[in-house]
Amino acid sequence: MSFQPVKFYQTGTFTVGNRLLAPDERSVQAGQQRSNAINSGHRACQGCGEALGARYAIDAAMAASGGKLIAANATGCLEVFSTPYPESSWQLPWIHSLFGNAAAVATGIAAALKVKGKQDVRVVAQGGDGGTTDIGFGCLSGMFERNDDVLYICYDNQGYMNTGVQRSSATPPAARTATTMPLGPEPGNVFGQGKNVPEIAMAHGIPYVATATVADLRDLEYKVNKAMSLHGARYLHVFVPCPLGWGTASHDTIRMARLAKETGMFPVFEAEQGEVTSVLKIRHRLPVEEYLKPQRRFAHLFGKNAHPEIIERLQAIADRNIRKYGLLDEEGK
Amino acid sequence: MEKPFAITLKPGSSLTNLTGTWRTSRPEYLDRLPPCNNACPAGENIQGWLFHAESGDYEQAWRALVENNPLPAVMGRVCYHPCESACNRSQLDEAVGINSVERFLGDEAIKRGWKFDAPATSTGKKILVVGAGPSGLSAAYHLARMGHRVEIHEAGPLAGGMMRFGIPKYRLPREVLDAEVQRILDMGVVLKLNTKIENIEASLRDGGFDAAFLAVGAHIGKRTYIPAGDATKIVDAVSVLRSMENEDKPMLGRRVVVYGGGNTAVDVARTVKRMGGEPIIVYRRTRDKAPAHDFEIEEALQEGVMIKWLSTIKQAGEGEIMVEKMALDEAGYPQPTGEFETLAADSVVLALGQDVDLSLLEGVAGLEVKNGVVQVGTNMMTGHPGIFAGGDMVPSERTVTVAVGHGKKAARHIDAWLRGETYAPPPKHELAEFGKLNTWYYSDAHKTVRPMLDILRRKTSFDEVQGGLDESNALFEARRCLSCGNCFECDNCYGVCPDNAVIKLGPGKRFQFNYDYCKGCGLCVAECPCGAIKMVAEDI
Repeated sequence: MSFQPVKFYQTGTFTVGNRLLAPDERSVQAGQQRSNAINSGHRACQGCGEALGARYAIDAAMAASGGKLIAANATGCLEVFSTPYPESSWQLPWIHSLFGNAAAVATGIAAALKVKGKQDVRVVAQGGDGGTTDIGFGCLSGMFERNDDVLYICYDNQGYMNTGVQRSSATPPAARTATTMPLGPEPGNVFGQGKNVPEIAMAHGIPYVATATVADLRDLEYKVNKAMSLHGARYLHVFVPCPLGWGTASHDTIRMARLAKETGMFPVFEAEQGEVTSVLKIRHRLPVEEYLKPQRRFAHLFGKNAHPEIIERLQAIADRNIRKYGLLDEEGK
Repeated sequence: MEKPFAITLKPGSSLTNLTGTWRTSRPEYLDRLPPCNNACPAGENIQGWLFHAESGDYEQAWRALVENNPLPAVMGRVCYHPCESACNRSQLDEAVGINSVERFLGDEAIKRGWKFDAPATSTGKKILVVGAGPSGLSAAYHLARMGHRVEIHEAGPLAGGMMRFGIPKYRLPREVLDAEVQRILDMGVVLKLNTKIENIEASLRDGGFDAAFLAVGAHIGKRTYIPAGDATKIVDAVSVLRSMENEDKPMLGRRVVVYGGGNTAVDVARTVKRMGGEPIIVYRRTRDKAPAHDFEIEEALQEGVMIKWLSTIKQAGEGEIMVEKMALDEAGYPQPTGEFETLAADSVVLALGQDVDLSLLEGVAGLEVKNGVVQVGTNMMTGHPGIFAGGDMVPSERTVTVAVGHGKKAARHIDAWLRGETYAPPPKHELAEFGKLNTWYYSDAHKTVRPMLDILRRKTSFDEVQGGLDESNALFEARRCLSCGNCFECDNCYGVCPDNAVIKLGPGKRFQFNYDYCKGCGLCVAECPCGAIKMVAEDI
């Protein structure tokens, strides 16, 4: 059964907490006892979606495992801003792997724990979209294929951000990056390339695959919890807006994630054994312009030399997501 | 510490890195003024009492409500709820049913027998309140709470003023009014009925009073000249409504013409309908220009009251009257057309507004009367030191809620004046406009509709027309509140901060920023549903 939103309680489950809910119905993030897995003092940019998403996910995993958790972390923003030698923000056993082998290192940790008989200690691997969809993809696919007992969490900010905003295989079409400049008849990143790793993960037939965003905390916590209740290879893909790389205001991080979901640009769903079992419905459907306009990486689509035809192609992607995953409820809102 | 091979530094925590130095602007918590509170003539802290009702603590909610208004069950029936017109939720779906929740709390208090706390102190001062209407009762209540001895002198046979002698039973059942009046008297307020003050200065002196609050209301029906034969019965609306409270019900005949377009005209017409008559309202302007509230006109029409818009009475004869049709000119004023029409009428009720009986003020030095009402300063004091006034007898919008507000305001100023001080109201917070909210976070929930009495019984009985909410839907309605501008502890700021720079202080204690680590990204401000945080530029 999927995440059940609570209605009619003022803000229901939309807000992080809700004083009107029974204590056991409240979120991990609302608790004063949350583990704050990634502590203050980290060097992430103002309004970093990844720092937020990582705390949401790892705090939930810590709560689900009773604090018995080990994390392997690929190179990337998350590693760089959290752990400049000799300081670290992490408040759990944490190992920095190479850029490309976080999944393999986590597999090794899980194997070691099995040999030592410590079945109660759980393992997560985490990385950005670069370390997951590009560089670490081979190791990740191997981890899936062997069904190793690891929860792999990808924080997707759609590019290589700390090295200067280069394109990754998760960068959306038409987006400007340092390596996909807005020049020529088809400015920005090209259409028809890139990977949809959640669907590739599903194709491996692993126990659990889910997507989430930093705009829907309760849904994200539900999915981490669900993943932690299962064993074998599990994959969680969290959408984390990047103010630096996307050219958005630091206070708009959550709004951007919300707009990505509400326009259909980022479908939020979960799947078991390769089959979609539930989707998070769109609440107030919006055209993709609402999502694109606040982002400077799409600025070349608007203004004097606007490209309405490209916006239409992006709208077509959103429409396809909505159709494919059934993101609208029966009333077709 | 023995370090492993090739390791030169001890492991450290990122807490040594104070990222607060990055900040160019800082978030700060604040309370903004909710538009409902801003619009309430009685100065209720509506968002404040709804906050308690939301968690189901109705007694606490009621106690927060009566901080400002001692008559919630009355208010929940007769108030025209400007709060709901101002409610930010109306821009989302529909306004919160504040009035219906207020009525629920008021009724709950009567049912459960909740009492006001006894005054904590005694000042030894004695204050005379003239008139036991909403304004006088409100002033008496607040003065008593401040520790003063209060005596109300009421000219009429019962307390309530216009709430009893102006508002019909089907809108305000008398047992509700009686219960709320009694609760005020239970605080030790003395009520003397059938006691008309002839000379206020003499009464003050003889009774040993330190100050007076006058709230005699406006009970004299305005007249207009209508050429009429001896046989025509012409009465005024106030005396019709007043006599409804007596043994001798008014004899108006079957066909009753009510002249006027205000709420009193509608009240009389609906009263006539319930007595088996055939009321017809004659008003010189159009429905949208009528001073009566549209919902009252609508309810009257539903009950079968006839209304003739754009008409004036030219002449009244035996069994019939002659009306002239009017037309609005370009400026929107009615002008005669010269077209006449006769209507059958056994009597004519004039509902043209009311005047104040100012006889008790004759010869009082310093008093200024303009347009038939007593002039008061911003502190509600008349030109005569120590004599304050409020309600319908001073310049104001004549509603129960405004009167209650006057009573509270006057009480505060009287209290300060008795101590030789001036009451300075606390500065108003900035308004929590709709644009300050992040409404994404509120559940979709439409307004709860109150049950209405069956139309047949509305035409034939004085049973209350509008029903109340029960516990479950009152709770629902309270929870539709957006808590505009005031933290309701949703934990969003605590959750969305990527830097853990928000400290949760625990239930009821709200939150605090940890400026050592806050980078000033502004996410907490953007994602606060109710607009209770703002960004302030740092001095750099």
